Amino acid sequence: MAQKTLGGKTVEVDDQGFLKNPQDWSEELAKLLATEIGIGDLQEGHWKVVKFMRERFLKNGDSPSIRTLGKESGVNTKELYALFPKGPAKLAAYVAGIPKPRGCI
Amino acid sequence: MENTIKKVSIIISKGSLEGIYPGLIMANGARMEGIEANLFFTFFGLDAIHKKKQKHIKVATVGNPGLHIPTWLGGIPGMSALVSWRMRKSIESLDIPPIGEFLELIHDSGCGMYACKATVDMFKMTKADFVSPVDEIITVGEFYEKAQGGEIIFT
Repeated sequence: MAQKTLGGKTVEVDDQGFLKNPQDWSEELAKLLATEIGIGDLQEGHWKVVKFMRERFLKNGDSPSIRTLGKESGVNTKELYALFPKGPAKLAAYVAGIPKPRGCI
Repeated sequence: MENTIKKVSIIISKGSLEGIYPGLIMANGARMEGIEANLFFTFFGLDAIHKKKQKHIKVATVGNPGLHIPTWLGGIPGMSALVSWRMRKSIESLDIPPIGEFLELIHDSGCGMYACKATVDMFKMTKADFVSPVDEIITVGEFYEKAQGGEIIFT
């Protein structure tokens, strides 16, 4: 099992760096994870998406689709891609400390 | 998280439900991975972006061996509508949007959407016939310019 140390804390991650255990997550850790993928400063919009993804995952055991994200997170599709140009669902999941979304949509 | 594919240009040339969705799913999936994407609609694929025809996209029930029903059965009135209704239901259950909404989602995600000039002229259509996500009507030469530096996928 791969591990990495962020801010003095060692966490288990998968081969792409996604947290294995969502309970390891904290807002401090989120900032460090975001820096890793090139988002140095998490804006209000980023937090909104990250927290929505996390809440949905903890509730349903599954990450929301991009369709659900655009409709229900309070951040529309265009803004989602402006905040996370390299893929909103994937990158928000990364920062949210939940597994990479497996859906095709 | 380095992608090896940076850009895709997907051509949709068929006007059936099963001819349109794969290209849309691939375009959306590309954008979700941060891959640049373009969609180019040609021939009956134009039905997907045509305001009036878009609502009547169906599964071909005749000459479609994948459905595993006899051709004579596929040809009876209402069969195509029934099969299409059932497929739309299963698509919706996977949280895949109807074509119109899907085009808006894909366009909002930054995918370019173009109609093929040759077939638009052939079918005597104009830009006004198409739904709003469509950016432009372009020639095949312009399509190649836009596709430059990426993969081209024909569906």
